[in-house]
Amino acid sequence: MKNRINQLFQDKKENILSVYFTAGYPKLDDTVSIIEKLVANGVDLIEIGMPFSDPVADGPVIQHSSLIALKNGMTIKTLFEQLKGIREKVNIPLILMGYLNPVIQFGVEKFCEKCSEVGIDGLILPDLPLNEYQENYREVFAKYNLHNILLITPQTSEKRLVEIDEASSGFIYMVSSSSTTGAKNSVADFHIDYFERIQNMKLKNPRVIGFGISNQETFYNACKYAQGAIIGSAFVKALEGETTLDEKISNFVNQVVKTV
Amino acid sequence: MSYQVNKKGYYGEFGGAFIPEMMHPNIEELQEKYMEIINSYNFRQDFISLLKHYVGRPSPLYLAKRMSEKYQTNIFLKREDLNHTGSHKVNNTIGQILLAKALGKTRIIAETGAGQHGVATATVCALMNMKCIVYMGALDVQRQAPNVKKMRMLGAEVIPAESGNKTLKDATNEAMRDWINNPVDTHYIIGSVVGPHPYPDMVARFQSVISEEIKWQLDEQMGRELPTRVIACVGGGSNAAGAFYHFLDTDSVELIGVEAAGKGVDTDETAATLTLGKPGVLHSSRSYVMQTEDGQIIEPYSISAGLDYPGIGPMHANLHATKRAKYLWATDEEVLEAALELTQLEGIIPALESAHALAALKKIDLKPEDINVINLSGRGDKDMETYLNYFGY
Ligand SMILES: Cc1ncc(COP(=O)(O)O)c(C=O)c1O
Repeated sequence: MKNRINQLFQDKKENILSVYFTAGYPKLDDTVSIIEKLVANGVDLIEIGMPFSDPVADGPVIQHSSLIALKNGMTIKTLFEQLKGIREKVNIPLILMGYLNPVIQFGVEKFCEKCSEVGIDGLILPDLPLNEYQENYREVFAKYNLHNILLITPQTSEKRLVEIDEASSGFIYMVSSSSTTGAKNSVADFHIDYFERIQNMKLKNPRVIGFGISNQETFYNACKYAQGAIIGSAFVKALEGETTLDEKISNFVNQVVKTV
Repeated sequence: MSYQVNKKGYYGEFGGAFIPEMMHPNIEELQEKYMEIINSYNFRQDFISLLKHYVGRPSPLYLAKRMSEKYQTNIFLKREDLNHTGSHKVNNTIGQILLAKALGKTRIIAETGAGQHGVATATVCALMNMKCIVYMGALDVQRQAPNVKKMRMLGAEVIPAESGNKTLKDATNEAMRDWINNPVDTHYIIGSVVGPHPYPDMVARFQSVISEEIKWQLDEQMGRELPTRVIACVGGGSNAAGAFYHFLDTDSVELIGVEAAGKGVDTDETAATLTLGKPGVLHSSRSYVMQTEDGQIIEPYSISAGLDYPGIGPMHANLHATKRAKYLWATDEEVLEAALELTQLEGIIPALESAHALAALKKIDLKPEDINVINLSGRGDKDMETYLNYFGY
């Protein structure tokens, strides 16, 4: 069966909008309705965050949402229960993003099996580095048709870029500047030379730019240098406040992609 | 069997470098260069010279006569408390600041629990004219106030970590985030044998001066190099790693680590990682971790800020799994009593951390002919308020 991530990048060559949110935030049971509302508003790809107590690669906004989600009682087991039947409702690629330890405790093989059961297409585990993936995880991910999305940063050497491109499937997650999530907020902070350098390398995988994408300006700017961009902290932040989820989500997405 | 790290950074099944890509260039640079740098002639010269003339090494190996009499055995104290800055932590920070210089870094970050590592880092940064930022859990900023003041006077910026339990684990998270956000000019001086490879091995090597000295000092005083056992407290495990290092391959030497049980291992206010933890990944290495069934890290508790950590160095995880070393635990109360005992028998006020090692004396079989070496990792100045409150002086 063809993976939905590959399908997306084949069908849509530009301005792919990917959105991250933390499962179980703001309320434990919001997961599925957030996914449905994002899809209804035209989002192309969704990253579902599995909350972790010690998310070292994340800035304050995602740290906070993770903390609340855990307090709400979110676990990987609960998340899989919530996602049961999601494929009867939505058809866009879904990715799980989180840290390694909860996955290890759940059981790596069992985790992958569950992912394939509910219809997850890929995984982003920032603290699963390339060499560990190749040695211990690659086969089991492949068995369940799960793409492992690897990250690159402005500091990633050319030699390593080639290795990561070789080992990647799905797409490459380009971290806009070496930082934790949500750290930078303006286009001026982008390393355009890095974006151009990577663009000229003609990697075999498509690329999506993330970290610091927060609004229409940063989104379209990033999309000049990659097939799409990912919004995380800014969306999670937009989920705060008094209005309904419906309003918050449609307001946010429409403000980012007015012209699409 | 070797108890040393292998080429891939593992001790048995523990260790590795589970780092986000953002940290990869720094870690790779360290992995590729640390052995060459620390074995170079210039580095050895500077390291040995600073340990001798600045830190005040060798630290004495002191036969504690009244303690020995009381316990009907021979008790030696390895006096790391007499080092400049008051603990073993400075052995490592001297090594790492020289390494940071060799790597061309200009900005230093560190995490600290008790503040001893923070003070030791701020000290070497002052010495070497480097910018220094120390992350410290907001709770620890309160309970180790004298050390915070020292760090500031030394020119370091102390940033309180407000997440989690506001202790050592959270300070470590913040330091890692800082490194991710400052990938070029910064070196992270990790304070214990934890973190991604090569830190556990590198820090153990810098601390191994402790067991190296114990050997010749025992020979000098007792005509033998090998003690019956070595006892040390374990937070991340750096002072224990240093005290065990040159005895690891000598099975006749019993190795005992003592964890902080806080209010008891049957309560949820404890930091006894090997007793209660399970294998997992925290702070970039695979080791034992105190965690829930879902793999969320459990907030630890100990009266000693330096042992208040839910993980442990991978070297110790392997020594535990292979049964080469034995790990006991001591409660806050046992530790406070042990600290008072040492103070009144020998006139030495130990750090709360170090008092965990002393508390083990009541938990093991001691024979008159045994030679016990206890690593006294630090002095108690920073803990005076806790002692005074508890004993009511
Ligand atoms: C005096 C003293 N001993 C021991 C420790 C625990 O660290 P480790 O187990 O890494 O030696 C600390 C940490 O702050 C300390 O200050």
